[in-house]
Amino acid sequence: MDVIVGQLFTGLSLGSILLLAALGLSLTFGQMGVINMAHGEFIMAGCYTTYVVQQVISSAGVSLFVSLAVGFLVGGALGAALEMGLIRWMYDRPLDTLLVTFGVGLVLQQLARDIFGAPAKNVLVPDFLGGGVEILGAVVPKTRIFILVLAVVAVTALAAVLKATPLGRRIRAVVQNRGLAETSGVSSRFTDISTFFIGSGLAGVAGVALTLIGSTSPTIGQSYLIDAFLVVVIGGLGQIKGTVIAAFALGLLNSFIEYSTTASIAKVIVFVIIVIVLQVRPQGLFTVRTRSLA
Amino acid sequence: MSHPRSTRRQKSRRVSKALVVPTALALTGLLLTACGAKDDADSDVAAASCVDTSGPTIKVGSLHSLSGTMAISEVTVANSTKLAVDEINAAGGVLGKQIELVLEDGASDPKTFAEKAEKLISSDCVAAVFGGWTSSSRKAMLPKFESLNSLLYYPVQYEGLEASKNIFYTGATTNQQIVPALDYLKEKGVKSLYLVGSDYVFPQTANREIKAYAEANGIEIKGEDYTPLGSTDFSTIVNKVRTADADAVFNTLNGDSNVAFFREYTNAGLKAADMPVVSVSIAEEEVAGIGAQNIAGQLTAWNYYQTVDTPENKAFVDAYKAAFGADKPTSDPMEAAYVSVYLWKATVEKADSFAVADIQAAADGVSFDAPEGKVTIDGSNHHITKTARIGEIRPDGLIYTVWESDGPIDPDPYLETYSWADGL
Repeated sequence: MDVIVGQLFTGLSLGSILLLAALGLSLTFGQMGVINMAHGEFIMAGCYTTYVVQQVISSAGVSLFVSLAVGFLVGGALGAALEMGLIRWMYDRPLDTLLVTFGVGLVLQQLARDIFGAPAKNVLVPDFLGGGVEILGAVVPKTRIFILVLAVVAVTALAAVLKATPLGRRIRAVVQNRGLAETSGVSSRFTDISTFFIGSGLAGVAGVALTLIGSTSPTIGQSYLIDAFLVVVIGGLGQIKGTVIAAFALGLLNSFIEYSTTASIAKVIVFVIIVIVLQVRPQGLFTVRTRSLA
Repeated sequence: MSHPRSTRRQKSRRVSKALVVPTALALTGLLLTACGAKDDADSDVAAASCVDTSGPTIKVGSLHSLSGTMAISEVTVANSTKLAVDEINAAGGVLGKQIELVLEDGASDPKTFAEKAEKLISSDCVAAVFGGWTSSSRKAMLPKFESLNSLLYYPVQYEGLEASKNIFYTGATTNQQIVPALDYLKEKGVKSLYLVGSDYVFPQTANREIKAYAEANGIEIKGEDYTPLGSTDFSTIVNKVRTADADAVFNTLNGDSNVAFFREYTNAGLKAADMPVVSVSIAEEEVAGIGAQNIAGQLTAWNYYQTVDTPENKAFVDAYKAAFGADKPTSDPMEAAYVSVYLWKATVEKADSFAVADIQAAADGVSFDAPEGKVTIDGSNHHITKTARIGEIRPDGLIYTVWESDGPIDPDPYLETYSWADGL
């Protein structure tokens, strides 16, 4: 029993981590169709933001919440700069975008290495998140509960912004039919930049959260990038609902397979399942049906 | 109706979306297969060495991962090599020649290590290379050093079962690190072990040896788990470890994975007092990244700690801090890298030659008063004698010796003197 509960929670936790890492990507890749290979480095920027903030604000608890806000701004600023400086010239050339953003990712990694050094930095976990909580015989680390809650909050907030704010309506309009939105007076430039800002900002937030469980090192973003792309592709482009379901499905699948086999075998099996799913549903689990031909 | 221009734009956007998914997956594949090794058909280019010994300088190579997941550990080792080279140069060089260090980056990728090794040997014409950390990188470089007949000084503890005449192994082999650690655990009454490691050469081989030892000594292996190198999610493994309830965990994880593992271990409420973790790849530098609060009380097995009390070590620590910063710790592989350069110098001076064959012939018995204590090269297997030390990590981030062997242990890479290791 406690094993099943433990693994259930591990799966949910892994799912929430995947979700946080992929949420920003579901905007920039899913909605805008930009393959941003530097997304992982925006996550890394979030990690280092936490480290820097912690040097200024010594209380780990306060600094964590400050970092969440600062991390969003840092990630967002990096994303907006990338959009304005490079990606805007390449909306019609996805392969170029892919290579250019991959290069930007490498540059950011080296930058982090030059500024902070290659060894991992130690980010302190606030006392109130130390240790674990016992739930039905399984011990669940508090840091993972925090990340799960944060993921849910982030998804809800993003969904609310997209659904109910003027900015969200503009983003959806541009995604669904760029031409019509432009003729209706929506500035697609401004919308593109804001979408990228929000998507990259969410990567920064993911980075802040990941310092609680992982290492803060220059290559940390790479380990999440592939998983994030997989989640968005499996979920289906352009749908947050798909991203959420895909993230938790992959998380649970991975944790249960890993428990009965090994980490390496679990990765293999999960990849095989993904290939099969994409054979049956090449567009992912959920597809957007719109009148636009995009 | 849309403007004609927008129609064109939409069309190309449709094309781009069709490309998006396959491209992303293709790139994913590309990243994942980054380690698919390719061996060129080695033609008989070996023979003639291009090392130039006529000038006032002699070139040697440094080949470590300055980028990628292993950079966390390897950058410090490259620093330490540089420190030794600088010291030797300041003291007059080797056979009157200044050492010129050629720096290359192995990028945490075995294939890159092999390529860069070939470049250092064939195009930079270095007399020797100091490099490598992971066993995968060493295994990838080994055929290059043998076919091009050059010398590699490999400074990291490893899984044993290897002895190439073109490699000098200055880190510990199994009987100088893992076997003493197991002896220590057995002496402390440990009856069961859980094995956790990264999925590659060193952990797999080391665990094979640990299992053979355990079987012969009545220790139960409660579980054995491997994670891909660089893996950052350990909740499932920590759950398994918790349920298995072994007396101790033997950890052969490498690189950044250790940070995630120990954070998870501590957060899941597991403590060093109940289930200690013995690590063989965590040194002072890694402790700083993991956070001493997450790992205090856990054990490590090495041959050297910053706290080792010898005059040579005091000089080494002071020199390193002066060169790279007062807050920088020194660790076992760093010390071994530092010792490597001095051993190379001593061997070259004994042979009175930079030629590979002369160095191989002169190596046996060459010794050096290292920070860890006296070390001596064993010419029959190219390993060196080393003192084994079990250390405990304290909250100040340093590791303190809690047990050490009676003097240096002779290297036995094939474990020939241990009856339980017969089947390996």
